[in-house]
Amino acid sequence: MQNPYLPYAVRIEDIITETEDKNLKTFKLAFENPADEEKFAYAAGQFAELSVTGKGEIPIGIASSPTEKGFVMFTVNKVGLVSSHLHTMQPGDLMGIRGPLGNSYPWELLEGKNVVIIGGGFAFTTLRASIVYMLDPANRSRFGDIHVIYGARSPGMLLYRDELAGWEARDDIHMHITVDATDDPHWKYNVGFVPTITEKKAPQADAETYAIICGPPIMIKFTQPVLDNLGYGHDHIIMSLENRMKCGIGMCGRCNIGRHFVCKDGPVFTLAQLNGMPKEY
Amino acid sequence: MKVIYIEKAQWASGLEKAGDSFRLWGPVRRGQFYAFEELAGGQVPALDFRNTRLSAKGLVYPQSEKMFEYTLDPGQPDHDLLKEAQKDYSPRAVLGIRPCDADAFELVARNFDTPEYQDPYWLRAREAVTLVGLACAAPCSTCFCTSAGSGPFSTKGLDILLVDSGGNFLAQVATPKGEAFAQAAGWRQPADDAAAAEIDRQRQVAEARIDSHVATERLRQQDTLTLHAAPFWDDVAFACINCGTCTYLCPTCWCFDIQDETHGRQGVRLRNWDSCMFPLFTLHGSGHNPRGQKVQRVRQRFMHKLKYYVDKYENGIQCVGCGRCVRHCPVNIDIRKVCELMNSYTLAGDSCAVVS
Ligand SMILES: Cc1cc2nc3c(=O)[nH]c(=O)nc-3n(C[C@H](O)[C@H](O)[C@H](O)COP(=O)(O)OP(=O)(O)OC[C@H]3O[C@@H](n4cnc5c(N)ncnc54)[C@H](O)[C@@H]3O)c2cc1C
Ligand code: SF4
Ligand code: SF4
Ligand code: FES
Repeated sequence: MQNPYLPYAVRIEDIITETEDKNLKTFKLAFENPADEEKFAYAAGQFAELSVTGKGEIPIGIASSPTEKGFVMFTVNKVGLVSSHLHTMQPGDLMGIRGPLGNSYPWELLEGKNVVIIGGGFAFTTLRASIVYMLDPANRSRFGDIHVIYGARSPGMLLYRDELAGWEARDDIHMHITVDATDDPHWKYNVGFVPTITEKKAPQADAETYAIICGPPIMIKFTQPVLDNLGYGHDHIIMSLENRMKCGIGMCGRCNIGRHFVCKDGPVFTLAQLNGMPKEY
Repeated sequence: MKVIYIEKAQWASGLEKAGDSFRLWGPVRRGQFYAFEELAGGQVPALDFRNTRLSAKGLVYPQSEKMFEYTLDPGQPDHDLLKEAQKDYSPRAVLGIRPCDADAFELVARNFDTPEYQDPYWLRAREAVTLVGLACAAPCSTCFCTSAGSGPFSTKGLDILLVDSGGNFLAQVATPKGEAFAQAAGWRQPADDAAAAEIDRQRQVAEARIDSHVATERLRQQDTLTLHAAPFWDDVAFACINCGTCTYLCPTCWCFDIQDETHGRQGVRLRNWDSCMFPLFTLHGSGHNPRGQKVQRVRQRFMHKLKYYVDKYENGIQCVGCGRCVRHCPVNIDIRKVCELMNSYTLAGDSCAVVS
C-alpha cells in the first residue's frame, strides 16, 4: 500500500529572496531520487505539502510550471512555525515534499480561450506557474489572448520581478503591472489598486474569456464587482482558496467548506460553485 | 447466517485458546465506567456493561499514533529522512463490542478508504482486527441506533455477533474472519433452527425497547445554505463550552491533526485526534479563522454529521446512534433534538409564500 503521508526527499538547490521586506523567499528544490520527479507530475494550480522534519508540514502552491524540468519551485511567506524555519534553511539542506495535491486550474476548459489573470500580493505563485505554462512554445497557440493584472504594495514587493520585465517585453501577453503607490521616478508601469486597474485594462467579458483571480480577501472583495460590471459570469471567474490544512488528501477533516474539501476537491473553484457553498474560507 | 452454540463453560477456555493466535481486547470495569483494554492471559472481558464510555474507535485509530520516526543528528546517514514507524499489525480480536460501534467502522472506512487515497494506518489496523460483538438486550434510554442505520442486533461490521441466551451464547458467524476466530477458540457446535428463531425473538424485543428515534428522511432534500443560515444555531450553540467531549467519545468522528514531536535529536511525526469544536482546528497562520466563533463550530459538527455526509455518501447520517454525546455532554446538547430541527426546518413564511 502506498503511504500518501510519506514525502519525497528533496534538496534545496537555490533560495531567492523575492521582496524588499525579505518575508518572501523562493525555494528551488531538486528530487533526491530522480524517479520521484516523474511521480510528481503536476498541473499549474496544484499545491504540495512542504515537509520540514522536526517542524511539520505546510501546504504551498507550486510556483514552477510543469514545463520547467529538473526542479520544483515554491515561494513561501514567513508566517509561523514551519514557514519561519524554512526561511532559516540553506541551499544543500534536505527536506520533503508530498503531492502534487488538489485539483488545478481547469486547463482543458481553458483550451482555446482568452485568459485574464488577476493577482495581488504574494498570491501570485500558481499564477506564475500558469503564465509560464501558457507561454511555453508548445502551449502558447492553445490559448487566445492572455492578460495579466498583478499588483503589490510597492515595486519592491512584486514577486518574480525579472520575469515580469521579460513578459512586459513580449507581444503575446498583455501585462498590467501595478503598485499601490511609489516614489520611484523610474517606475514605468501602473499605479493604483488591482480593482481599479482591472476596471481600466481587463477585456470585456464574453463566453470565450475566463478570469483567474488570486489575492488577499480585500482585493477579491473589490475586484469581483468590477468583473460583474464587465459582464463576467460567475462560472467564468475562477478562484483558488486557502484553508488550514494538515493531510492534504481529504481525510483529516479541517479544510472543508460544506461537503467539499479545499485540499482534495479544490483549491480551485469557480465563483459559481462558491456561491452554493457556505462562506467558511 | 451460520449460528453456533458456545456454552458459557467453554467461553473462558475458548478465549484462552484463541489467545494463542490473537491478542485480545475487551471491556474492563474502571470506576463507574467501562473501557476497552488488552486482556491478560486467562482474563475474561466484563460483559455486564451497557456500553464503554469511550467508543472502540481507538483500537483501530489510536488517539495518538506514530506515523514516522526520524533523527535530526547530522552524524547519521539518514538524518532528516522520515522512516515508517514500526507497527504491530498481528491478528487481534475485540470482544464485546456493541453493534453500533462496529457499524461505525464501516462508516468511518468511507473517509479512510477512498478511490484516490488509502490511509495505510487505519486500513492495516482495521484489517488486523476481528470484531466479536455482543448484542444489546437492554439498550439505554439515549440509544437511537435503529433510526441511525444500525440496531441492537445489527451485524454490520461484525465478524461474530454473540447473543446471550442464559447458559450459552448463540453466535452468528458473519464473515470468514469470524469463522477463523471461532475455530481458533474451538467453538464449533452448530446450532439448530430454533437458535435462529431465538435470536430473532430477542432482536424484536430489544428493538421494541428502543424508544428514542430520529427522523432523517428530509435531510437530503434540505438546501445546504438554507440550513446553514437557519436561526436555530445560536440557540443550539448557546450553552456549548467547546470542550470537545462529544467528538472524542464519538465512534464516527475521525478528524485528526499531524504534529512533529522531537526529544533531543530523535523524533516522531504523530497524528492525534482533533476536534472541529476547537478554534485552532481551522486557524490560518495569518490569524484569519473561517470558523472562529463557537456557533460556527457547533454548526459544523452537526452539519457535517447530518447534512454534508448525508449528501456526500448517500448512505444515511454520520452517526450510529450510540448516544454517547448525549449522555456525556456537560451542558446537555442533544443531537436528536438538533436532528429534528434540521430535518423539519422550513423557511419561515414558507407557508404563506406558496403560489400555485
Ligand atoms: C492550497 C494552499 C496554497 C498555499 N500557497 C501558499 C504559497 O504559495 N505561499 C505561501 O507563502 N503560503 C501559501 N499558503 C499558506 C500557507 O500554507 C500558510 O501560510 C502556512 O501553512 C503557515 O504555516 P506556519 O507553520 O508557518 O504557521 P503556523 O501558524 O505556525 O501554522 C501551523 C500549522 O497550521 C497550518 N496552517 C496555518 N496557516 C495555514 C494556511 N493559511 N493555510 C493552510 N494551512 C495553514 C499548517 O499546517 C501549519 O503547519 C497556501 C495555503 C494553501 C491551503
Ligand atoms: S460535549 Fe457538549 S459542551 Fe462539549 S463540545 Fe460537545 S456539544 Fe459542546
Ligand atoms: S454523534 Fe453521538 S450518538 Fe451519534 S455516533 Fe457519535 S457519539 Fe454516538
Ligand atoms: S487538509 Fe485534511 S481534509 Fe483537507
